[in-house]
Amino acid sequence: MPRLIPRLAPAMPPALAFAATLGLALTLPMLGRSQSQNLPPAPEPVSEHIVAGLSHDDVNITTNFDGSDIIIYGAISRETPAPAGPLDVIVAVQGPSKAVTIRRKDRRFGVWVNTDSVRIGSAPDFYVVATTRPSDQILTAEQDAQYRVSIPQAVRSFAGELTVADTVPFTEAFVRLRQEAGLYRLDDGAVTLAEQTLFRADVQMPANLIEGMYSSRILLVRDGRVIDTHRAPIEVRKVGLERWLYRMALDRPPLYGLMSLLIAIAAGWTASVAFRTLQRK
Amino acid sequence: MQIYLPIAEVVVNGFTLIALGGIVGLMSGLFGVGGGFLITPLLFFIGIPPAIAVATGANQVVASSFSGVLAHVKRKTVDFRMGGVLLAGGVVGSSLGVWIFNLLQKLGQVDLVVQLCYVVFLGLIGAMMLHESVGAIRHARGGPVKRTRRNQHGWVHRWPGKMKFRASGLYISAIPPLIVGAFVGILGAIMGVGGGFIMVPAMIYLLGMPTKVVIGTSLFQITILSAYTTMMHAVASNTVDVMLAILLIVGGVVGAQIGANLGAKLRAEQLRILMALLVLGVCGKLAFDLFLRPDELYSIAPGLI
Repeated sequence: MPRLIPRLAPAMPPALAFAATLGLALTLPMLGRSQSQNLPPAPEPVSEHIVAGLSHDDVNITTNFDGSDIIIYGAISRETPAPAGPLDVIVAVQGPSKAVTIRRKDRRFGVWVNTDSVRIGSAPDFYVVATTRPSDQILTAEQDAQYRVSIPQAVRSFAGELTVADTVPFTEAFVRLRQEAGLYRLDDGAVTLAEQTLFRADVQMPANLIEGMYSSRILLVRDGRVIDTHRAPIEVRKVGLERWLYRMALDRPPLYGLMSLLIAIAAGWTASVAFRTLQRK
Repeated sequence: MQIYLPIAEVVVNGFTLIALGGIVGLMSGLFGVGGGFLITPLLFFIGIPPAIAVATGANQVVASSFSGVLAHVKRKTVDFRMGGVLLAGGVVGSSLGVWIFNLLQKLGQVDLVVQLCYVVFLGLIGAMMLHESVGAIRHARGGPVKRTRRNQHGWVHRWPGKMKFRASGLYISAIPPLIVGAFVGILGAIMGVGGGFIMVPAMIYLLGMPTKVVIGTSLFQITILSAYTTMMHAVASNTVDVMLAILLIVGGVVGAQIGANLGAKLRAEQLRILMALLVLGVCGKLAFDLFLRPDELYSIAPGLI
């Protein structure tokens, strides 16, 4: 069977692209299903590929930015009929990675003090995993470790010498704190997969995003094994006034500092004058 | 009104910040403190990263204090000469304090030291002020009270380098104000505050300045020291968030004016009792937190420290 689905340009409006794939999807899975019944289940080289697009590949942070939804959609193209067995799609969106230190408080002389700490070389600022089914039912542990899909896997290696015997409570606390802040999220079942061919995930980006290059990953999983991956960058950047202030603070700090002071002094003076005028009346 | 702060990179409610600035401004005008000891912990609480809270707090203090200074200059209750001497000590102390702060940050004990500093100093000052002002009010009502003499000639007055501070009616050595200024500068930088809540009692009880000029002089020196700190933070660590500062300032300047006018109508002893109670309240809360098991034992700090 020839490759039926054309590559969708990311620039294509999502509604249009979705309609295009939908039209094809109506014919595709029926063919696939009728033939798969005659074939033995073959775990051989599966020629299934992801063809995907993003609703938009940039997020603009304006002054009144309160989050953004990115729709990641696509289809699975096949050169051979779809094999039997469950097919799953995992979508992961990851923010820029940074080093962090996790500290734990302990009671010393009756007072709660930071004592032990664990340093992590690189952990993403933002990480969302969306799946078609609960992720532990989709991926084997080895595949998860290899592709670094689940949230604990996204938190990378420790940095420096370890000073605590058990790091597990630290990394668990880290993931929990980030989840509470809405920065790490596991959306089991948030990817819809229609007829083993069309998928769509609505990824919610929270308001407290930081600037940087984000990446979206789509993984196609069959029988616990990743059979294809697809990556696309998402650029998150400040625009307008936000960008201007941010650049000025970094590029011309003395000027920025003076501007901050002038605003403060002018505000103080204005209030003083305004109140004196009010009182005289 | 949700607003994304460009430097802090967090989303906050604009009205919350304006209200916060207003309350702190009121304190500033009323008591002659910059209000940093309230605003810095409050900003931590609403989720502003500590480094940005400290630096932007300094910027907001400039606005509210400047507004207050103008009101006091009009009433001629600022001792510029004393302010200048305190400031000279303050700049040295502040630079030293920033160095100590960075050292503590490396050791991971900033929170503890800051909290301990707050508890110790707020407790001492609050108790001292409460004792003194309750005594003064009792005395005014004719109750039996030991008379504490101010402006008495003690060991401080035998030090060399005497200067005339006309507005304060003092003729004392320049060394005690220099030391007070430096000490407050160190504490201010470590605790992320202007230091007015330490400066005001130090001026009254250690230097023997009349209450009338204390508030104006304290505000004058806080304004300039905070401006210096703001510049240091903006240049050295890019941690001043001007958007956050503007929101706090809008509330702050209005609050400061209301506070200054309210202060002129209240009696000095009443004012000091109010401030003593406020200081003791914050102290009690912080002390309680130190001994109580925190809800969250773990914390995340950016970077490898």
